[in-house]
Amino acid sequence: MTANLLLEAENVGIQFGGLKAVQSVNMHLNKGELIGLIGPNGAGKTTTFNMLTGVYEPTEGIITFDGKKINGLKPYQVTKLGISRTFQNIRLFKDLSVLDNVKVANHNKAKHGIFASILRLPSHFAGEAKMEEESIEFLKIFGLDIYKDEMAKNLPYGMQRRLEIARALAAKPKLLLLDEPAAGMNPQETHDLMELIAFIRKEFDLTILLIEHDMHLVMGVCERIYVLDHGQLIADGTPQEIRSNPKVIEAYLGEEVVE
Amino acid sequence: MKKSKVFWGLCLLAIIFYAVVQVMISGGILDMYYQSILIQMCINIMLAVSLHIIIGITGQFSIGHAGFMAVGAYFSAIATMKLGLPFPVAILIGAIVAALAGLLVGIPSLRLKGDYLAIATLGFAEIIRIIFLNVDYVGGAAGMVITNLSNWTYAFMGVFVTILVIANFTNSRHGRGCISIREDEIAADAMGINTTYYKVVAFTIGSFFAGVAGAIYAHNFFIIQPTTFGFLKSFDILIYVVLGGLGSLSGSVIAAIFLTVVSAYLSGYPEERMIIYSLVLIIVMLYRPTGLLGTKEITSLFKFGKRGGSKV
Amino acid sequence: MEWLQQLVNGISLGSIYALIALGYTMVYGIIKLINFAHGDVFMLGAFIGFYAIARWDLGFFPALIIAMLLCAIIGVIIERVAYKRLRNATRIAALITAIGVSLLIENTVIYFRGASPEAYPEVLSNKSISIFGANISSQSIMILGVTIVLMILLQFIVHKTKIGKAMRAVSHDPDAARLMGINVDNTISATFAIGSALAGAAGVIFGVYYTRIDPLMGVLPGLKAFVAAVLGGIGSIPGAMVGGLVLGVVETVVSALGYSLWRDAAAFVILILILILKPSGIFGKNTREKV
Ligand SMILES: Nc1ncnc2c1ncn2[C@@H]1O[C@H](COP(=O)(O)OP(=O)(O)OP(=O)(O)O)[C@@H](O)[C@H]1O
Ligand SMILES: [Mg+2]
Repeated sequence: MTANLLLEAENVGIQFGGLKAVQSVNMHLNKGELIGLIGPNGAGKTTTFNMLTGVYEPTEGIITFDGKKINGLKPYQVTKLGISRTFQNIRLFKDLSVLDNVKVANHNKAKHGIFASILRLPSHFAGEAKMEEESIEFLKIFGLDIYKDEMAKNLPYGMQRRLEIARALAAKPKLLLLDEPAAGMNPQETHDLMELIAFIRKEFDLTILLIEHDMHLVMGVCERIYVLDHGQLIADGTPQEIRSNPKVIEAYLGEEVVE
Repeated sequence: MKKSKVFWGLCLLAIIFYAVVQVMISGGILDMYYQSILIQMCINIMLAVSLHIIIGITGQFSIGHAGFMAVGAYFSAIATMKLGLPFPVAILIGAIVAALAGLLVGIPSLRLKGDYLAIATLGFAEIIRIIFLNVDYVGGAAGMVITNLSNWTYAFMGVFVTILVIANFTNSRHGRGCISIREDEIAADAMGINTTYYKVVAFTIGSFFAGVAGAIYAHNFFIIQPTTFGFLKSFDILIYVVLGGLGSLSGSVIAAIFLTVVSAYLSGYPEERMIIYSLVLIIVMLYRPTGLLGTKEITSLFKFGKRGGSKV
Repeated sequence: MEWLQQLVNGISLGSIYALIALGYTMVYGIIKLINFAHGDVFMLGAFIGFYAIARWDLGFFPALIIAMLLCAIIGVIIERVAYKRLRNATRIAALITAIGVSLLIENTVIYFRGASPEAYPEVLSNKSISIFGANISSQSIMILGVTIVLMILLQFIVHKTKIGKAMRAVSHDPDAARLMGINVDNTISATFAIGSALAGAAGVIFGVYYTRIDPLMGVLPGLKAFVAAVLGGIGSIPGAMVGGLVLGVVETVVSALGYSLWRDAAAFVILILILILKPSGIFGKNTREKV
């Protein structure tokens, strides 16, 4: 492949007890792409994310990111290398302020050590001030700066979803994985969110892999799409190709994708 | 900046408090009985705050804190009684060995979660206690006789440094890392926090200050025995942290002060004291499981400081 | 044939641990609570048995049955009053409540009768029987017999009765069980009743065998029984039995080798090794949190 390749999964799969949740998945993501990952409920999409981010270690196959093999790495190591993600079932730090949620993800960009903080050395103050400034920038992009001192659990639902993305972005990833970021949002909110995603992609030079149930949305924004069903990739291609792929139509059994 | 003003304000207040008490002691207004209660209070605050960083901040459920206190007590006692070292050096030795013990216990057991971690820490604390019980060098079951070297100044310094270090730690990127583990370990990991590292760091810092408390305790009571450091002691410390509010430093301090006073008043009625203690514990858990202050700090109730976070 | 004698001692001790461990494991299996008060129910059983024998002149078996019945009732009361409200509480709140209940029981007993120990009357004749050259007390055999009968009874209840099926269903998935029309609350109470009855039986047996009981006697055996439950794989009934026996034998061996002061450490060393090497225990299954 070309120098453009960012992530490659070769024959990746995982087994839980007897259940093969995902098997022999081959994927490649090029720098700058916005790619969709779709499939019916229980197809293994979230599980695939979990393998790409080190939450689960694949039982087969190899994942390469930016030229490095990443299976077996811990999630925080994968994040440091440049993959960050959101969660389908929102996992914010509920009792922390909105600002602190983002600051946590900003953690590794600061350099001041534990002793500097305990002794309140100048490097602590400088480091913390920089984190604060940067984190507020991220909040501003998502229109969350007005909530910065609010506890995350008190945010309205749609804002919580946005905060998840802001937080993931604060880890300064090269590859951003979004697990159903628009779930539970109304059409207007979804539309705004998609514009935002397009914006951050340009602004931060991101590659994005997006899980989404809303077909129109995926077909509309993604350049390429992977389709999972029963843990296996059944198709990949441009939205046009996917739309007319008989296997996909069968997997969705007459769902809206057909039209 | 506003935050650092609050910080220096609290420091100043603490020093004034110290000086006033010291003057009262020198002037003979506070007799030995009250002095000993004050020192006991300081020891309990140190224990509470040092467990707070493990449970309240990092969310790691340790119920073996008395084990690290024991390490601090015994090793500082060895330093003064057997090696003839000065008391401040002995405190440091006790604390460092306790921190090492914390490191040693923490690395294998902090992979465990919830109940399993709790029971493992309890097991480790019992093993530590049984080791002291079996070592003749430190007196075995009979214990070790120790000269009284602790006083209000040492006790106060101990509390001051404990709170300062733990509050400063909490209010930094490192403390936020620890809190994120408490809030959601999987999300913290996914945001790039090395969760194992920070759990061990918090555990080690907590053990260090439990060691300081142990050292001051050992030199306050003429004798230490392994039975003192059993799991009932660990539960006592746990109660401070839980009643004060998991996640609230000031809450655990207030609970430690309050319960020390209550214990002193009820010291003539040990059974009644324990019955009341346990009833309060059950009732608080059933009706207000977040404890007195929840994760809030007392300062935030007076509208300085920020909401939900910690003070300083 | 001293080792055979030690083995029998170990198995006797182990069967007491096993009886207590069963309650821990059943309760943990069904509501994921380490019921710290379980060791104190064991202590109450020992005292009930003591009063039944010493004050009311009852024999061993009537005393055993009374202790089991009363302990079952106490267990249900504890569950209904303290633990029921905790179903949706955090694990920490639940564990601390359990610690509170444990302290409350111990200190209430101390309050009413003092902390002094009591000497158990001899209710079972204690002859020495010689088997393969080893002297084995008839008491040991009696204890083993009772334990085995209780365990068979438990297996029968869990696998052959309706309440047993309900218990297994609830511990597998409480929500699904509720949807299937199982009364979850009653099932949990039944679990406490059975577990507490077994702990009560263990208390009487302990009293008869070791002859000395006191209000804090439940603390250490309680903790060790929990270790046994973890060793066997918490939630697993055969696991609790095997774990209890293994622990009893190991402790007896450690004592017999002349390290009796280290005996208590053995249990905790086992605990830590098992937690670190195979937290799911001998019979447990590995589970992984879904993300
Ligand atoms: N930790 C786990 N243990 C056992 N099975 C699991 C685990 N995680 C996922 N699975 C199983 O793997 C399969 C795929 O689940 P996954 O969550 O990846 O689906 P999904 O495509 O994200 O579905 P949805 O659209 O509902 O989010 C499911 O059958 C699920 O039950
Ligand atoms: Mg999913």
